[in-house]
Amino acid sequence: MPLALAAVLLAVPTALAGCSATKTGDTAGSSDSGGTLKIGLVTKTDSNPYFVSMRDAATKEAKAEGAELIAKAGTADGDNDSQVTAVENLIASGVKAILITPNDSKAIVPTLKAAQAKGIFVAALDTQTDGNQGVDATWATDNTKAGEEQGAYVKAALGSTAPVLAMLDLQPGVSVGDQRHAGFLTGMGLTDDSPEIAGTQDTSGDQAKGQTAMENLLQKNDAINAVYTINEPAAIGAYTALKNAGKDTTTVLGSIDGGCTGVTAVKDGKIAATVMQFPSKMAVEGVKAAVAFAKDGTKPTVPASGYIDTGVQLITDKPLGGLEAKDTTWGLQNCWGTAS
Amino acid sequence: MSDSLQVASEKAAEVPDTSGTRAATLADHVFRNPVLGPLSALVLAVVAFSILTENFASVDNFSLILQQSVVVGTLALGQTLIVLTGGIDLANGAIMVLGTLVVAKLAAGSTGAQVPALFAGLLVCAALGLVSGLIVSKLGLPPFIVTLGLLTILQAASRLYTKETVLVDDGPLTLLSKGGYLFGQFQVTTGVVVVLISVAVLHYALTRTAWGRHVYAVGNNDLAAKRTGINVNRVLLSVYVLAGVFYALAALQAFGRSPATSPNAFPTANLDTITAVVIGGTSLFGGRGTVVGTYIGALIVLVLQSGLTQAGIDPLYQNIVTGVLVIAAVALDTVTRRKAR
Repeated sequence: MPLALAAVLLAVPTALAGCSATKTGDTAGSSDSGGTLKIGLVTKTDSNPYFVSMRDAATKEAKAEGAELIAKAGTADGDNDSQVTAVENLIASGVKAILITPNDSKAIVPTLKAAQAKGIFVAALDTQTDGNQGVDATWATDNTKAGEEQGAYVKAALGSTAPVLAMLDLQPGVSVGDQRHAGFLTGMGLTDDSPEIAGTQDTSGDQAKGQTAMENLLQKNDAINAVYTINEPAAIGAYTALKNAGKDTTTVLGSIDGGCTGVTAVKDGKIAATVMQFPSKMAVEGVKAAVAFAKDGTKPTVPASGYIDTGVQLITDKPLGGLEAKDTTWGLQNCWGTAS
Repeated sequence: MSDSLQVASEKAAEVPDTSGTRAATLADHVFRNPVLGPLSALVLAVVAFSILTENFASVDNFSLILQQSVVVGTLALGQTLIVLTGGIDLANGAIMVLGTLVVAKLAAGSTGAQVPALFAGLLVCAALGLVSGLIVSKLGLPPFIVTLGLLTILQAASRLYTKETVLVDDGPLTLLSKGGYLFGQFQVTTGVVVVLISVAVLHYALTRTAWGRHVYAVGNNDLAAKRTGINVNRVLLSVYVLAGVFYALAALQAFGRSPATSPNAFPTANLDTITAVVIGGTSLFGGRGTVVGTYIGALIVLVLQSGLTQAGIDPLYQNIVTGVLVIAAVALDTVTRRKAR
């Protein structure tokens, strides 16, 4: 009975493993070195569409290059242990390269160094490791610049009106959030001490929390006319709160991300402008570098900044103040994820 | 009724032996040897992945899976204790993480301070176990609610205490990552030895001591246990404090795995350990189960993770298989329990 049950239970993974074994055409008795090039990808989570698009792009690129991509993910933002396990399992399965979006920039370093010591090419995508240690290269968005572009647009949209600003942040101690926040204030020409800031709230980049935070800030100060958001889910939550308060037409709402849902929200006039980033470009460049490394050991040249900037693009249907922008038609052709 | 329950509970706690001293139905057999189910599943999984993938069956990979089991395995021992008494601990990961933060902050920049810092961490974890134990036993509140509240409080407390990732230096704290060789090729870290010893010691305490019998009795029927003269409150307190001690040990294991900690670490430890406990054949109704089964349950999840990585399968399937295993394990528990009566 227990044996039978266990057999039934294990039929599932076994069948899956069987499928994949036939799919990848594992030839019996082929050694590690003789097989296809294996590349591992470890994203922060496997639920966020941003990382899903990264994974899809990497898988497609690997296929085109004749390599196999093994995708893994951490359990949650900030959780290091699950990524350590993923990297270890990838090393054990004989990958020649590992691409990772670190959940914990400091804590992952020893694990990545151990991978490098085994002759594996390691690259960080989207998020830099602490001091760029343990990686051969990094592809990422300049988050400060992304914040600056959002800030510059919101400032231009306000024109001569004095800003009463609400800031919807990520969560304390996460570098991406700090960089975008600081960049936005630079773009607005403000500092953290400016009296124009009506209030700041953490949202974890979550739609529901973004709505609650915006509702609370409007309770605190109903003269708010400009909103900074860390990402598009937070912006869509904020829009719902603004609409319920009858303030959606009198408030300038800015955002960052470039997900298809967010670009659609710009097209529908819910968000004034968003700043797109390019996760699939990071993945494609990473895979290309991994393939090049496997061929002849070449490593990409990393600029003095410590990472290779994959660029940002302001998306709006109302370009203002001479800021270089693309419209939502272009945005929808180049966005990541799927529009809902 | 209570007597037969107690007898059953003692049977459930027996060391599994397959001597088959009396003719028994298969269900009865499973009922008396709760480790059989998980053990067969583990063996089958290992055999299947060894046949199907190229690199799974290697000395290095097996030693790696054992290393990956140390933190969740140790945490799950504390979880098993609490589940055996009919409770559940949602705060175990949060207790451990606060422990690691206290240790890392106190030991900052001085290897000499590491051992005292470790004792401070042990005190914190044991004290938090005592707090939950007191509220559960004295006030009679449901453990689910008490530990949910504690989880919420501790997550915030950890973030107030430090927002950063804290690194620890190489020293006594990272001792468990060191290790030598056993059986020639097979590398075993000290952490693995410690987790295996932990399982063995707790198994002995639960199956061979009066305290262990009391734990099972309380989990089976606390009223009946009270009537037979067992001090139920004291047993509950001892279980929660001991669980806290295991969480402190898990904190040390965590430093062995990675010399860094942050308030965001191990966010799903509570559910991961409940998964291991359930797959390992321990009943969520209390009074039935083994720590050996729990450790095997933790290994099953890790074997799936490793094997599916080797096979190049989307990691989401691992979650599906794990979920199926959890439900199937509870089904097995319920069916054998019914048949065995």
